[in-house]
Amino acid sequence: MTEKQSSWKNHLLLIPFSLLMIYPVIWWIGASLKSQTELSLPTLWPDKFMWENYTNGWTYSSQYTFAKFFGNTLVMEFWNVLGGVLTAALVGYGFGRLNFRFRNFWFSVLLMTLMLPSQVTIVPQYILYTKLGLTDSYIPLILPHFFGGGAFFIFLVVQFIRGIPRELDEAAQIDGASVYGIFFRIIGPLIKPALYTVGIFTFLWSWDDFFAQLLYLSSVEKFTVGLGLRMFIDQFEVQWGQLLAMSLLSVVPSAVIFFLAQKHFVEGIATTGIKG
Amino acid sequence: MFGRKSGSGKRFQHNTAGYLFISPWLIGFLLLTLWPILQSLYLSFTEYSLLDSPVWVGTDNYSTITTSDRLFVKSLVVTFTFVLFAVPIKLLFSLLVAMLLNKNVKGMSIYRTLIYFPSLIGGSIAVAALWRNMFGLEGYINHILSWFGIQGIGWIANPDTALGTLILLNAWQFGSTMVIFLAGLKQIPKDLYESASVDGAGAFRKFYNITLPMLSPVMFFNLVLGIINAFQMFTSAFVITSGGPANSTYMYVLFLYEKAFRQYQMGYASALAWILLLIIGVFTLINFTVSKYWVHYEAEGGKSR
Repeated sequence: MTEKQSSWKNHLLLIPFSLLMIYPVIWWIGASLKSQTELSLPTLWPDKFMWENYTNGWTYSSQYTFAKFFGNTLVMEFWNVLGGVLTAALVGYGFGRLNFRFRNFWFSVLLMTLMLPSQVTIVPQYILYTKLGLTDSYIPLILPHFFGGGAFFIFLVVQFIRGIPRELDEAAQIDGASVYGIFFRIIGPLIKPALYTVGIFTFLWSWDDFFAQLLYLSSVEKFTVGLGLRMFIDQFEVQWGQLLAMSLLSVVPSAVIFFLAQKHFVEGIATTGIKG
Repeated sequence: MFGRKSGSGKRFQHNTAGYLFISPWLIGFLLLTLWPILQSLYLSFTEYSLLDSPVWVGTDNYSTITTSDRLFVKSLVVTFTFVLFAVPIKLLFSLLVAMLLNKNVKGMSIYRTLIYFPSLIGGSIAVAALWRNMFGLEGYINHILSWFGIQGIGWIANPDTALGTLILLNAWQFGSTMVIFLAGLKQIPKDLYESASVDGAGAFRKFYNITLPMLSPVMFFNLVLGIINAFQMFTSAFVITSGGPANSTYMYVLFLYEKAFRQYQMGYASALAWILLLIIGVFTLINFTVSKYWVHYEAEGGKSR
Protein backbone atom coordinates (compact mmCIF):
# COMPACT_ATOMS: atom_id res chain seq x y z
CA MET A 1 0.00 0.00 0.00
CA THR A 2 1.04 3.63 0.42
CA GLU A 3 3.06 2.57 3.45
CA LYS A 4 5.43 0.65 1.23
CA GLN A 5 5.55 3.32 -1.42
CA SER A 6 6.50 6.04 1.03
CA SER A 7 9.18 3.84 2.58
CA TRP A 8 10.68 3.49 -0.88
CA LYS A 9 10.66 7.25 -1.24
CA ASN A 10 12.33 7.62 2.13
CA HIS A 11 15.22 5.45 1.05
CA LEU A 12 15.54 7.52 -2.07
CA LEU A 13 15.99 10.59 0.11
CA LEU A 14 18.07 9.00 2.83
CA ILE A 15 20.67 7.23 0.72
CA PRO A 16 22.05 10.25 -1.16
CA PHE A 17 21.79 12.44 1.89
CA SER A 18 23.72 10.14 4.21
CA LEU A 19 26.33 9.59 1.51
CA LEU A 20 26.72 13.35 1.15
CA MET A 21 27.22 13.72 4.89
CA ILE A 22 29.75 10.93 5.20
CA TYR A 23 31.59 11.67 1.96
CA PRO A 24 34.16 14.04 3.46
CA VAL A 25 35.04 11.36 5.98
CA ILE A 26 35.61 8.79 3.23
CA TRP A 27 37.67 11.30 1.29
CA TRP A 28 39.63 11.91 4.47
CA ILE A 29 40.52 8.21 4.76
CA GLY A 30 41.78 8.20 1.20
CA ALA A 31 43.61 11.49 1.55
CA SER A 32 45.47 10.28 4.61
CA LEU A 33 47.16 7.75 2.31
CA LYS A 34 48.10 10.20 -0.42
CA SER A 35 51.39 11.82 -1.20
CA GLN A 36 51.68 15.60 -1.09
CA THR A 37 51.35 15.86 -4.88
CA GLU A 38 48.34 13.59 -5.12
CA LEU A 39 46.45 15.34 -2.33
CA SER A 40 44.99 18.04 -4.53
CA LEU A 41 43.48 15.51 -6.93
CA PRO A 42 39.79 14.87 -6.45
CA THR A 43 40.11 11.10 -6.62
CA LEU A 44 39.04 9.21 -3.55
CA TRP A 45 41.94 6.77 -3.40
CA PRO A 46 45.60 7.35 -4.21
CA ASP A 47 47.46 5.49 -6.97
CA LYS A 48 50.20 4.70 -4.55
CA PHE A 49 49.29 4.08 -0.95
CA MET A 50 51.53 6.08 1.35
CA TRP A 51 51.46 4.06 4.53
CA GLU A 52 54.48 6.13 5.55
CA ASN A 53 52.08 8.94 6.36
CA TYR A 54 51.02 6.91 9.35
CA THR A 55 54.43 5.73 10.47
CA ASN A 56 56.14 9.08 9.91
CA GLY A 57 53.25 11.00 11.42
CA TRP A 58 53.29 8.77 14.47
CA THR A 59 56.91 9.69 15.18
CA TYR A 60 56.65 13.24 13.86
CA SER A 61 57.77 14.93 17.05
CA SER A 62 61.35 13.82 17.52
CA GLN A 63 61.00 13.64 21.29
CA TYR A 64 57.79 11.70 21.71
CA THR A 65 55.59 9.54 19.55
CA PHE A 66 51.84 9.80 19.34
CA ALA A 67 51.68 6.81 21.69
CA LYS A 68 52.70 9.23 24.42
CA PHE A 69 50.01 11.76 23.44
CA PHE A 70 47.30 9.10 23.25
CA GLY A 71 48.41 7.73 26.62
CA ASN A 72 48.30 11.19 28.19
CA THR A 73 44.85 11.90 26.82
CA LEU A 74 43.43 8.55 27.91
CA VAL A 75 44.72 8.94 31.47
CA MET A 76 43.19 12.39 31.63
CA GLU A 77 39.95 11.03 30.19
CA PHE A 78 39.81 8.27 32.79
CA TRP A 79 39.73 10.82 35.60
CA ASN A 80 37.38 13.14 33.74
CA VAL A 81 34.81 10.41 33.15
CA LEU A 82 35.12 9.11 36.71
CA GLY A 83 34.67 12.59 38.14
CA GLY A 84 31.86 13.50 35.77
CA VAL A 85 29.83 10.36 36.44
CA LEU A 86 30.32 10.39 40.21
CA THR A 87 29.43 14.04 40.56
CA ALA A 88 26.43 13.84 38.26
CA ALA A 89 25.04 10.84 40.18
CA LEU A 90 25.51 12.36 43.64
CA VAL A 91 24.39 15.89 42.84
CA GLY A 92 21.62 14.63 40.56
CA TYR A 93 20.20 12.56 43.42
CA GLY A 94 20.46 15.51 45.78
CA PHE A 95 18.49 17.80 43.50
CA GLY A 96 16.21 15.16 42.05
CA ARG A 97 15.01 13.52 45.25
CA LEU A 98 16.01 15.22 48.45
CA ASN A 99 14.13 18.06 49.97
CA PHE A 100 16.36 20.63 51.59
CA ARG A 101 16.28 24.34 52.29
CA PHE A 102 16.93 26.59 49.29
CA ARG A 103 16.90 23.62 46.97
CA ASN A 104 14.99 25.44 44.27
CA PHE A 105 17.25 28.44 44.59
CA TRP A 106 20.41 26.37 44.11
CA PHE A 107 18.84 24.46 41.26
CA SER A 108 18.05 27.63 39.38
CA VAL A 109 21.63 28.77 40.02
CA LEU A 110 22.78 25.50 38.46
CA LEU A 111 20.60 26.09 35.42
CA MET A 112 21.97 29.59 35.08
CA THR A 113 25.56 28.36 35.08
CA LEU A 114 24.60 26.38 31.97
CA MET A 115 24.33 29.64 30.15
CA LEU A 116 27.42 31.27 31.59
CA PRO A 117 30.12 31.77 28.98
CA SER A 118 33.31 30.17 30.26
CA GLN A 119 35.34 33.18 29.20
CA VAL A 120 34.13 35.08 32.25
CA THR A 121 35.76 32.63 34.61
CA ILE A 122 38.74 31.55 32.58
CA VAL A 123 41.06 34.47 33.34
CA PRO A 124 40.73 34.31 37.15
CA GLN A 125 40.88 30.51 37.02
CA TYR A 126 44.08 30.70 35.05
CA ILE A 127 45.51 33.18 37.56
CA LEU A 128 44.46 30.90 40.41
CA TYR A 129 46.10 27.83 38.91
CA THR A 130 49.23 29.83 38.07
CA LYS A 131 49.52 31.02 41.66
CA LEU A 132 49.08 27.47 42.94
CA GLY A 133 51.76 26.31 40.51
CA LEU A 134 49.33 23.93 38.82
CA THR A 135 49.68 25.10 35.24
CA ASP A 136 51.31 22.62 32.90
CA SER A 137 49.56 19.81 34.75
CA TYR A 138 46.31 17.96 34.23
CA ILE A 139 44.80 19.23 37.47
CA PRO A 140 43.08 22.28 35.90
CA LEU A 141 41.61 19.99 33.26
CA ILE A 142 40.45 17.21 35.59
CA LEU A 143 39.44 19.04 38.75
CA PRO A 144 36.29 20.75 37.38
CA HIS A 145 34.79 17.37 36.50
CA PHE A 146 34.90 16.34 40.15
CA PHE A 147 33.26 19.57 41.20
CA GLY A 148 30.16 19.71 39.08
CA GLY A 149 31.75 21.35 36.05
CA GLY A 150 29.27 19.48 33.90
CA ALA A 151 26.14 21.31 35.02
CA PHE A 152 24.41 20.00 31.93
CA PHE A 153 25.01 16.41 33.06
CA ILE A 154 23.64 17.09 36.52
CA PHE A 155 20.52 18.51 34.90
CA LEU A 156 20.27 15.42 32.72
CA VAL A 157 20.45 13.06 35.71
CA VAL A 158 17.94 15.16 37.67
CA GLN A 159 15.47 14.91 34.79
CA PHE A 160 16.05 11.16 34.64
CA ILE A 161 15.56 10.68 38.38
CA ARG A 162 12.31 12.65 38.30
CA GLY A 163 11.00 10.04 35.88
CA ILE A 164 11.53 7.22 38.40
CA PRO A 165 8.36 6.55 40.42
CA ARG A 166 8.62 7.78 43.99
CA GLU A 167 6.80 4.69 45.24
CA LEU A 168 10.09 2.80 44.96
CA ASP A 169 11.79 5.16 47.41
CA GLU A 170 8.83 5.16 49.72
CA ALA A 171 8.69 1.38 49.86
CA ALA A 172 12.39 1.27 50.72
CA GLN A 173 11.87 3.96 53.31
CA ILE A 174 9.19 1.89 55.00
CA ASP A 175 11.64 -0.99 55.05
CA GLY A 176 13.95 1.25 57.00
CA ALA A 177 16.35 2.44 54.32
CA SER A 178 17.96 5.84 54.85
CA VAL A 179 18.35 8.43 52.10
CA TYR A 180 21.87 7.08 51.59
CA GLY A 181 20.59 3.53 51.37
CA ILE A 182 18.00 4.60 48.82
CA PHE A 183 20.73 6.21 46.74
CA PHE A 184 23.01 3.19 46.75
CA ARG A 185 20.41 0.47 46.41
CA ILE A 186 17.48 1.99 44.51
CA ILE A 187 18.34 5.13 42.59
CA GLY A 188 22.00 4.35 41.84
CA PRO A 189 21.30 1.17 39.86
CA LEU A 190 18.26 2.67 38.14
CA ILE A 191 20.06 5.71 36.75
CA LYS A 192 22.73 3.64 35.03
CA PRO A 193 21.43 4.47 31.52
CA ALA A 194 21.68 8.18 32.25
CA LEU A 195 25.15 7.70 33.71
CA TYR A 196 26.29 5.94 30.54
CA THR A 197 25.19 8.98 28.59
CA VAL A 198 27.05 11.24 31.01
CA GLY A 199 30.20 9.15 30.74
CA ILE A 200 30.12 9.01 26.95
CA PHE A 201 29.58 12.72 26.50
CA THR A 202 32.15 13.62 29.14
CA PHE A 203 34.65 11.54 27.18
CA LEU A 204 33.74 13.03 23.82
CA TRP A 205 33.57 16.62 24.95
CA SER A 206 36.79 16.62 26.94
CA TRP A 207 38.55 14.91 24.03
CA ASP A 208 37.61 17.93 21.93
CA ASP A 209 38.10 20.57 24.59
CA PHE A 210 41.02 22.11 22.80
CA PHE A 211 40.87 25.53 24.46
CA ALA A 212 41.60 24.30 27.98
CA GLN A 213 44.33 21.93 26.81
CA LEU A 214 45.97 24.72 24.84
CA LEU A 215 45.82 26.99 27.83
CA TYR A 216 47.13 24.73 30.55
CA LEU A 217 49.52 22.25 28.96
CA SER A 218 52.80 23.67 27.71
CA SER A 219 55.48 20.98 27.82
CA VAL A 220 55.45 18.53 24.93
CA GLU A 221 55.83 15.65 27.35
CA LYS A 222 52.32 16.36 28.66
CA PHE A 223 50.64 17.07 25.32
CA THR A 224 47.27 15.61 24.47
CA VAL A 225 46.45 14.30 21.02
CA GLY A 226 44.87 17.60 20.04
CA LEU A 227 47.99 19.54 20.96
CA GLY A 228 50.12 16.96 19.18
CA LEU A 229 48.14 17.61 16.01
CA ARG A 230 48.65 21.31 16.39
CA MET A 231 52.40 20.84 16.07
CA PHE A 232 51.85 19.92 12.41
CA ILE A 233 49.80 23.01 11.72
CA ASP A 234 52.35 25.35 13.27
CA GLN A 235 54.94 24.30 10.73
CA PHE A 236 55.83 26.56 7.84
CA GLU A 237 55.09 23.84 5.32
CA VAL A 238 52.28 21.65 6.56
CA GLN A 239 52.76 17.92 6.00
CA TRP A 240 49.16 17.38 4.98
CA GLY A 241 49.32 13.64 4.44
CA GLN A 242 50.77 13.01 7.88
CA LEU A 243 48.49 15.54 9.51
CA LEU A 244 45.38 13.99 7.98
CA ALA A 245 46.58 10.51 8.92
CA MET A 246 47.16 11.44 12.55
CA SER A 247 43.92 13.46 12.67
CA LEU A 248 42.08 10.41 11.48
CA LEU A 249 43.67 8.29 14.20
CA SER A 250 42.75 10.95 16.75
CA VAL A 251 39.04 10.45 16.13
CA VAL A 252 39.23 6.67 16.41
CA PRO A 253 38.60 6.53 20.19
CA SER A 254 35.50 8.70 19.83
CA ALA A 255 34.30 6.56 16.94
CA VAL A 256 34.81 3.34 18.90
CA ILE A 257 32.88 4.72 21.87
CA PHE A 258 30.15 5.87 19.52
CA PHE A 259 29.72 2.49 17.90
CA LEU A 260 29.87 0.58 21.16
CA ALA A 261 27.31 2.78 22.80
CA GLN A 262 25.18 3.86 19.88
CA LYS A 263 21.92 3.08 21.60
CA HIS A 264 22.63 5.45 24.44
CA PHE A 265 23.01 8.43 22.17
CA VAL A 266 19.49 8.90 21.02
CA GLU A 267 17.67 6.84 23.61
CA GLY A 268 19.68 8.08 26.55
CA ILE A 269 18.79 11.62 25.68
CA ALA A 270 15.21 10.81 24.77
CA THR A 271 14.47 9.08 28.06
CA THR A 272 15.99 11.82 30.15
CA GLY A 273 13.15 13.92 28.91
CA ILE A 274 14.88 17.02 27.67
CA LYS A 275 11.75 18.67 26.54
CA GLY A 276 12.06 22.31 27.36
CA MET B 1 9.34 15.73 35.82
CA PHE B 2 6.78 13.39 37.23
CA GLY B 3 5.70 12.69 40.75
CA ARG B 4 6.69 16.05 42.06
CA LYS B 5 3.37 16.42 43.77
CA SER B 6 2.89 12.88 45.05
CA GLY B 7 3.24 12.86 48.79
CA SER B 8 4.84 16.26 48.89
CA GLY B 9 2.59 17.17 51.82
CA LYS B 10 4.48 15.19 54.40
CA ARG B 11 7.89 14.87 52.81
CA PHE B 12 10.77 14.96 55.18
CA GLN B 13 13.38 17.62 55.03
CA HIS B 14 16.85 16.21 54.56
CA ASN B 15 18.97 19.29 55.00
CA THR B 16 22.22 17.58 55.92
CA ALA B 17 21.92 14.81 53.37
CA GLY B 18 20.76 17.24 50.70
CA TYR B 19 23.72 19.54 51.12
CA LEU B 20 26.07 16.58 51.42
CA PHE B 21 24.93 15.21 48.08
CA ILE B 22 25.11 18.51 46.24
CA SER B 23 28.36 19.53 47.96
CA PRO B 24 30.64 18.61 45.02
CA TRP B 25 28.74 20.96 42.79
CA LEU B 26 28.24 23.60 45.47
CA ILE B 27 31.94 23.75 46.37
CA GLY B 28 32.84 23.84 42.71
CA PHE B 29 30.32 26.56 42.05
CA LEU B 30 31.55 28.77 44.88
CA LEU B 31 35.27 28.29 44.24
CA LEU B 32 35.53 27.72 40.50
CA THR B 33 32.62 29.80 39.25
CA LEU B 34 31.27 32.43 41.64
CA TRP B 35 34.62 33.54 43.03
CA PRO B 36 36.23 33.79 39.57
CA ILE B 37 33.22 35.76 38.30
CA LEU B 38 33.58 38.31 41.06
CA GLN B 39 37.32 38.44 40.62
CA SER B 40 36.96 38.91 36.89
CA LEU B 41 34.58 41.80 37.53
CA TYR B 42 37.18 43.37 39.80
CA LEU B 43 40.01 42.72 37.34
CA SER B 44 38.06 44.33 34.55
CA PHE B 45 38.60 47.65 36.34
CA THR B 46 42.34 47.12 36.68
CA GLU B 47 45.48 46.76 34.68
CA TYR B 48 47.09 43.42 35.40
CA SER B 49 49.82 41.44 33.69
CA LEU B 50 50.16 38.46 36.09
CA LEU B 51 53.60 39.71 37.17
CA ASP B 52 52.76 42.84 39.17
CA SER B 53 49.71 43.21 41.31
CA PRO B 54 46.58 44.67 39.70
CA VAL B 55 46.42 48.46 39.39
CA TRP B 56 42.99 50.07 39.67
CA VAL B 57 42.21 52.08 36.54
CA GLY B 58 38.48 52.64 36.95
CA THR B 59 36.49 52.31 33.79
CA ASP B 60 39.50 52.90 31.54
CA ASN B 61 39.40 49.40 30.03
CA TYR B 62 35.75 49.73 29.11
CA SER B 63 36.13 53.18 27.62
CA THR B 64 39.19 52.16 25.61
CA ILE B 65 37.37 49.11 24.30
CA THR B 66 34.23 50.91 23.31
CA THR B 67 35.74 54.09 21.93
CA SER B 68 39.11 53.36 20.39
CA ASP B 69 39.68 49.63 19.92
CA ARG B 70 39.09 48.89 16.26
CA LEU B 71 39.77 45.18 16.73
CA PHE B 72 36.93 45.08 19.22
CA VAL B 73 34.51 46.51 16.69
CA LYS B 74 35.83 44.21 13.98
CA SER B 75 35.56 41.08 16.13
CA LEU B 76 32.09 42.08 17.23
CA VAL B 77 30.94 42.51 13.63
CA VAL B 78 32.45 39.15 12.66
CA THR B 79 30.90 37.37 15.63
CA PHE B 80 27.45 38.87 15.10
CA THR B 81 27.57 37.92 11.44
CA PHE B 82 28.55 34.41 12.41
CA VAL B 83 25.75 34.09 14.97
CA LEU B 84 23.20 35.60 12.60
CA PHE B 85 23.87 33.02 9.89
CA ALA B 86 25.22 30.00 11.73
CA VAL B 87 22.43 29.62 14.29
CA PRO B 88 19.38 29.65 11.97
CA ILE B 89 21.13 27.52 9.33
CA LYS B 90 22.07 24.93 11.90
CA LEU B 91 18.61 24.91 13.52
CA LEU B 92 16.78 24.56 10.23
CA PHE B 93 19.16 21.93 8.96
CA SER B 94 19.04 19.82 12.11
CA LEU B 95 15.25 20.01 12.23
CA LEU B 96 15.00 18.76 8.64
CA VAL B 97 17.45 15.95 9.32
CA ALA B 98 15.65 14.99 12.52
CA MET B 99 12.35 14.76 10.64
CA LEU B 100 14.01 12.64 8.00
CA LEU B 101 15.43 10.31 10.65
CA ASN B 102 12.18 10.10 12.57
CA LYS B 103 10.59 7.90 9.93
CA ASN B 104 10.08 4.22 10.38
CA VAL B 105 12.33 2.83 7.71
CA LYS B 106 14.34 -0.35 7.56
CA GLY B 107 18.03 0.14 8.22
CA MET B 108 17.45 3.45 9.96
CA SER B 109 20.26 2.83 12.43
CA ILE B 110 22.74 2.74 9.56
CA TYR B 111 21.51 6.04 8.18
CA ARG B 112 21.55 7.54 11.62
CA THR B 113 25.16 6.46 12.11
CA LEU B 114 26.30 7.84 8.77
CA ILE B 115 24.58 11.15 9.35
CA TYR B 116 25.54 11.53 12.99
CA PHE B 117 29.15 10.50 12.61
CA PRO B 118 30.54 13.80 11.26
CA SER B 119 29.10 15.68 14.23
CA LEU B 120 30.68 13.28 16.62
CA ILE B 121 34.12 14.40 15.56
CA GLY B 122 33.08 17.82 14.34
CA GLY B 123 34.41 20.04 17.08
CA SER B 124 37.85 18.56 17.16
CA ILE B 125 41.05 20.02 15.86
CA ALA B 126 41.23 17.07 13.47
CA VAL B 127 38.18 18.20 11.53
CA ALA B 128 39.43 21.76 11.55
CA ALA B 129 42.54 20.48 9.79
CA LEU B 130 40.42 18.52 7.33
CA TRP B 131 38.36 21.59 6.59
CA ARG B 132 41.41 23.73 6.00
CA ASN B 133 42.62 21.26 3.43
CA MET B 134 39.31 20.72 1.67
CA PHE B 135 38.59 24.39 1.15
CA GLY B 136 42.10 25.35 0.09
CA LEU B 137 42.88 26.68 -3.37
CA GLU B 138 44.09 23.25 -4.48
CA GLY B 139 41.54 21.58 -2.28
CA TYR B 140 38.93 19.03 -2.93
CA ILE B 141 35.97 21.42 -3.15
CA ASN B 142 37.49 23.33 -6.05
CA HIS B 143 37.96 20.14 -8.00
CA ILE B 144 34.33 19.25 -7.62
CA LEU B 145 33.43 22.76 -8.77
CA SER B 146 35.70 22.48 -11.77
CA TRP B 147 33.60 19.55 -13.00
CA PHE B 148 30.76 22.03 -13.33
CA GLY B 149 33.00 24.55 -15.03
CA ILE B 150 33.22 26.82 -11.99
CA GLN B 151 36.56 28.43 -11.36
CA GLY B 152 37.29 27.89 -7.67
CA ILE B 153 39.01 30.30 -5.36
CA GLY B 154 40.98 29.84 -2.17
CA TRP B 155 37.90 29.80 0.02
CA ILE B 156 39.80 30.14 3.25
CA ALA B 157 42.38 32.60 1.93
CA ASN B 158 39.70 34.95 0.60
CA PRO B 159 38.33 37.48 3.13
CA ASP B 160 34.90 37.36 1.50
CA THR B 161 34.38 33.63 1.85
CA ALA B 162 36.47 32.57 4.86
CA LEU B 163 33.70 33.21 7.37
CA GLY B 164 31.28 31.34 5.13
CA THR B 165 33.38 28.18 5.33
CA LEU B 166 33.31 28.38 9.13
CA ILE B 167 29.53 28.78 9.08
CA LEU B 168 29.30 25.74 6.84
CA LEU B 169 31.55 23.72 9.15
CA ASN B 170 29.33 24.74 12.05
CA ALA B 171 26.26 23.50 10.18
CA TRP B 172 27.97 20.17 9.43
CA GLN B 173 28.20 19.66 13.20
CA PHE B 174 24.48 19.64 13.65
CA GLY B 175 24.45 16.33 15.54
CA SER B 176 23.62 17.18 19.13
CA THR B 177 21.03 19.75 18.09
CA MET B 178 19.51 17.16 15.78
CA VAL B 179 19.42 14.48 18.48
CA ILE B 180 17.52 16.81 20.79
CA PHE B 181 15.03 17.57 18.00
CA LEU B 182 14.70 13.86 17.34
CA ALA B 183 13.95 13.18 20.99
CA GLY B 184 11.31 15.90 20.86
CA LEU B 185 9.75 14.52 17.69
CA LYS B 186 9.47 11.08 19.25
CA GLN B 187 7.40 12.52 22.08
CA ILE B 188 4.70 13.97 19.85
CA PRO B 189 1.68 11.65 20.14
CA LYS B 190 1.02 9.79 16.89
CA ASP B 191 -2.75 10.14 17.18
CA LEU B 192 -2.46 13.89 16.66
CA TYR B 193 -1.23 13.22 13.15
CA GLU B 194 -3.77 10.50 12.58
CA SER B 195 -6.73 12.63 13.51
CA ALA B 196 -5.32 15.44 11.36
CA SER B 197 -5.16 13.02 8.44
CA VAL B 198 -8.76 12.11 9.02
CA ASP B 199 -9.60 15.79 8.83
CA GLY B 200 -7.84 15.86 5.49
CA ALA B 201 -4.78 17.89 6.48
CA GLY B 202 -1.82 17.72 4.12
CA ALA B 203 1.82 17.25 5.08
CA PHE B 204 2.52 20.96 5.21
CA ARG B 205 -0.44 21.75 7.42
CA LYS B 206 0.45 18.91 9.76
CA PHE B 207 3.96 20.31 10.03
CA TYR B 208 2.74 23.83 10.62
CA ASN B 209 -0.13 23.04 13.00
CA ILE B 210 1.22 20.04 14.90
CA THR B 211 4.96 19.55 14.56
CA LEU B 212 6.07 23.15 15.00
CA PRO B 213 3.95 24.01 18.05
CA MET B 214 4.63 20.66 19.73
CA LEU B 215 8.31 21.05 19.09
CA SER B 216 8.55 24.66 20.18
CA PRO B 217 9.94 23.96 23.69
CA VAL B 218 12.74 21.92 22.14
CA MET B 219 13.27 24.57 19.49
CA PHE B 220 13.55 27.15 22.25
CA PHE B 221 16.11 25.06 24.16
CA ASN B 222 18.21 24.61 21.02
CA LEU B 223 17.93 28.27 20.08
CA VAL B 224 19.04 29.55 23.49
CA LEU B 225 22.00 27.20 23.73
CA GLY B 226 22.80 27.61 20.03
CA ILE B 227 23.17 31.37 20.35
CA ILE B 228 25.23 31.07 23.52
CA ASN B 229 27.56 28.55 21.92
CA ALA B 230 27.89 30.45 18.66
CA PHE B 231 29.07 33.55 20.51
CA GLN B 232 31.84 31.44 22.03
CA MET B 233 33.14 29.88 18.83
CA PHE B 234 36.89 29.40 19.08
CA THR B 235 38.60 26.20 17.91
CA SER B 236 37.82 26.30 14.21
CA ALA B 237 38.59 30.01 13.90
CA PHE B 238 41.83 29.46 15.78
CA VAL B 239 42.99 26.41 13.84
CA ILE B 240 41.61 26.97 10.34
CA THR B 241 42.02 30.69 9.80
CA SER B 242 43.72 32.10 12.92
CA GLY B 243 41.28 34.97 12.57
CA GLY B 244 42.47 35.89 9.08
CA PRO B 245 42.55 36.69 6.25
CA ALA B 246 42.38 40.43 6.92
CA ASN B 247 40.68 39.66 10.26
CA SER B 248 37.60 38.44 8.40
CA THR B 249 37.18 35.56 10.86
CA TYR B 250 38.49 37.32 13.94
CA MET B 251 35.94 35.94 16.40
CA TYR B 252 35.37 37.67 19.71
CA VAL B 253 36.73 34.84 21.85
CA LEU B 254 39.84 34.66 19.71
CA PHE B 255 40.38 38.36 20.39
CA LEU B 256 39.88 37.73 24.10
CA TYR B 257 42.28 34.79 24.05
CA GLU B 258 45.01 36.85 22.42
CA LYS B 259 44.58 39.74 24.82
CA ALA B 260 44.69 37.48 27.86
CA PHE B 261 47.15 34.75 27.01
CA ARG B 262 49.37 36.24 24.31
CA GLN B 263 49.65 39.83 25.51
CA TYR B 264 48.87 39.08 29.16
CA GLN B 265 46.48 42.01 29.49
CA MET B 266 44.34 40.24 32.06
CA GLY B 267 42.36 43.30 33.09
CA TYR B 268 41.52 44.23 29.54
CA ALA B 269 40.55 40.63 28.74
CA SER B 270 38.31 40.49 31.80
CA ALA B 271 36.50 43.58 30.61
CA LEU B 272 36.06 41.89 27.23
CA ALA B 273 34.66 38.82 28.98
CA TRP B 274 32.16 40.93 30.90
CA ILE B 275 31.03 42.64 27.73
CA LEU B 276 30.51 39.20 26.20
CA LEU B 277 28.54 38.13 29.26
CA LEU B 278 26.34 41.21 28.91
CA ILE B 279 25.73 40.58 25.23
CA ILE B 280 24.84 36.94 25.82
CA GLY B 281 22.69 37.93 28.79
CA VAL B 282 20.73 40.43 26.70
CA PHE B 283 20.20 37.88 23.94
CA THR B 284 19.04 35.23 26.41
CA LEU B 285 16.71 37.68 28.10
CA ILE B 286 15.19 38.67 24.76
CA ASN B 287 14.81 35.00 23.95
CA PHE B 288 12.97 34.25 27.17
CA THR B 289 10.74 37.31 26.79
CA VAL B 290 9.80 36.58 23.21
CA SER B 291 9.32 32.88 23.97
CA LYS B 292 5.95 33.64 25.61
CA TYR B 293 4.59 34.40 22.16
CA TRP B 294 5.72 31.32 20.32
CA VAL B 295 6.66 28.50 22.72
CA HIS B 296 3.71 26.27 23.51
CA TYR B 297 3.77 24.10 26.58
CA GLU B 298 1.26 21.34 26.85
CA ALA B 299 -1.25 21.63 29.64
CA GLU B 300 0.08 18.46 31.24
CA GLY B 301 3.57 17.11 31.50
CA GLY B 302 5.08 19.62 29.14
CA LYS B 303 5.87 22.45 31.48
CA SER B 304 8.21 20.70 33.78
CA ARG B 305 11.15 22.84 34.62
